[in-house]
Amino acid sequence: MATTLFEKVWNAHVVQSIENGPQVVYIDKHFIHEVTTPQAFAGLDKRGIKVLRPKQTIATADHNVPTKNQLLPIKEALSRKQVDTLIENCKNHNIELYGLGHPFQGIVHVIGPELGITQPGLTIVCGDSHTSTHGAFGAIAFGIGTSEVEQVLATQCILQTKPKKMRINVDGVLGKGVTAKDIILYIISKISTSGGTGFFVEYAGSAIRSLSMEARMTICNMSIEMGARGGIIAPDEITFEYLRGRKFSPQNFEEAKEKWKLLKTDDDAVFDMEYNFDASDIEPMITYGTNPSMGLKISEKIPTNDDAGLEKALDYMGFEKGQSLIGKEIDYVFLGSCTNSRMEDFRQFCLFVKDKQKAANVTVWIVPGSKQIELQAIAEGLDIILKDAGMELREPGCSACLGMNEDKIPAGNYCVSTSNRNFEGRQGQGARTLLASPLMAAAAAITGRITDVRELF
Amino acid sequence: MEKFTTIQTTAVPLNMEDVDTDQIIPARFLKATTREGFGDNLFRDWRYNSDNSLKEDFVLNNPTYSGKVLVVGKNFGCGSSREHAAWAIHDYGFKVVVSSFFADIFKNNALNNGLLPVVVSPAFSQKLFSEIEKNPATEIKVDLENQTIEITSTQEKENFDINPYKKTCMINGYDDIDFLLSLKDKVEAFENKSH
Repeated sequence: MATTLFEKVWNAHVVQSIENGPQVVYIDKHFIHEVTTPQAFAGLDKRGIKVLRPKQTIATADHNVPTKNQLLPIKEALSRKQVDTLIENCKNHNIELYGLGHPFQGIVHVIGPELGITQPGLTIVCGDSHTSTHGAFGAIAFGIGTSEVEQVLATQCILQTKPKKMRINVDGVLGKGVTAKDIILYIISKISTSGGTGFFVEYAGSAIRSLSMEARMTICNMSIEMGARGGIIAPDEITFEYLRGRKFSPQNFEEAKEKWKLLKTDDDAVFDMEYNFDASDIEPMITYGTNPSMGLKISEKIPTNDDAGLEKALDYMGFEKGQSLIGKEIDYVFLGSCTNSRMEDFRQFCLFVKDKQKAANVTVWIVPGSKQIELQAIAEGLDIILKDAGMELREPGCSACLGMNEDKIPAGNYCVSTSNRNFEGRQGQGARTLLASPLMAAAAAITGRITDVRELF
Repeated sequence: MEKFTTIQTTAVPLNMEDVDTDQIIPARFLKATTREGFGDNLFRDWRYNSDNSLKEDFVLNNPTYSGKVLVVGKNFGCGSSREHAAWAIHDYGFKVVVSSFFADIFKNNALNNGLLPVVVSPAFSQKLFSEIEKNPATEIKVDLENQTIEITSTQEKENFDINPYKKTCMINGYDDIDFLLSLKDKVEAFENKSH
């Protein structure tokens, strides 16, 4: 019977099925961080049991950490307590922690792939909805709640109902200045924040195939924003070359590669739902509202339909129906988050701002996805390029994506952000987020206004 | 987990669509290391101004409405996987959330915490909102065993779907982890087979 890539990986991990219920799915890699684990570990301690597979548990501190002076004690008491709790829990359960000060520390969904821990055909979970990022490698990866984190810590398994299958094809050639971030914002604007609910999405098509691993990660990362359980892209030579020689890639690489080549959807497999998009229709995108589906092409104007949700969003954002966003003055630019904080994002941003000056009215926060990326950026002289442009390379963490650390956007301020959510108050109480690609963020940093980056090439 | 029994109470109407988890429980409240107290911060930024005074026009601050049932618009709970959202709603005092459509991860988190997500048709959802608005003392009866939700005054009723396994767990207060722990041998057998 013809099966999809998702089904092949899922079926290979089912330990047991419950009649009229979920299946027991084995988890190969469990990523953990400080925010969604304290209560889970407390649950284990209460039962008097230890983490079953500490070697398959990968820990980092990312949500709460400062992005400057990371080696000093964390100032905010609750943040410090949460990070300390993770340190203690990892010690008690023999889990290796890539915490502050460790060379592998960083945003959980950045470090997994860069260390070669994320591989094709694996099942990966984490108490964070952007776990879908790892699907870029042909893995089944999804976000879970704290109780499910406890399930996995205790038994290395999780109870899950198999989702329905969706395929999104993007074919054709991308225009100049159009990036993976624009592709996914475009897709979400077409499908809505609930259009993917109940489905696991496979991304396919020539435009997807043409993307680098980092670009594929950006796409899979935002699968949750259309309500999907996760996103997956079939592995290919681009995937294999990315993984070759990484710290935790398989020792018998060629042997592993032969197995990975089998991981693809059969030609005659059928999906429950399928979409087709033309890459040439995609332009640099920007969001105008308070959920990720409220995005438009930079050349378009804000919709004018009679809709209470739209009106509430525009009221919060201080925008009006029928307006163009081009020329709007902004206050902050944030380059970072698990969506766009990898080397290619940094190189693109720096290539654009090189020999230019940051606009006086903008504060720019540049936050690398991991310590390794921070050091690589310095090795490539990107920190100098940024400094000369009036910007500063900070240290890794989730930072302003959700403002759990000090990097909060003040009320009423506009921030062009390369992160993944523009919900009310996400980046700080009253903060106004505009989601965009690193290129669009770079353009806004230089002009101090929302700009069509293609005009400045 | 507490056992879920039939409930009959008044309801609080939050007639908004796409209510995301950042509104239900803002990120700055996720720094807790225990499960208690999240109810205080439920819909924090919709309930309180930045000076901590109450926002009078928000439904939770309106004494006209009360009860253990929260009726909401479609796509409730979209966004983050934070289980803290379910904890906040349950800790505040709600036992049931009614909507025509729930985001996946939120629905799962609710079920894992004795907070029953009841999916109704868009038409029934509209009916609930208009009845409650007409008469805030309207009582809603939710019977998990029979999978029905009823407006007691008009006796309008609808059946709702729920995964049979999750239903058994909620009715009996069963814990997924106890079940998974009982499978230890099977898990080890699986590991040996695949490695």
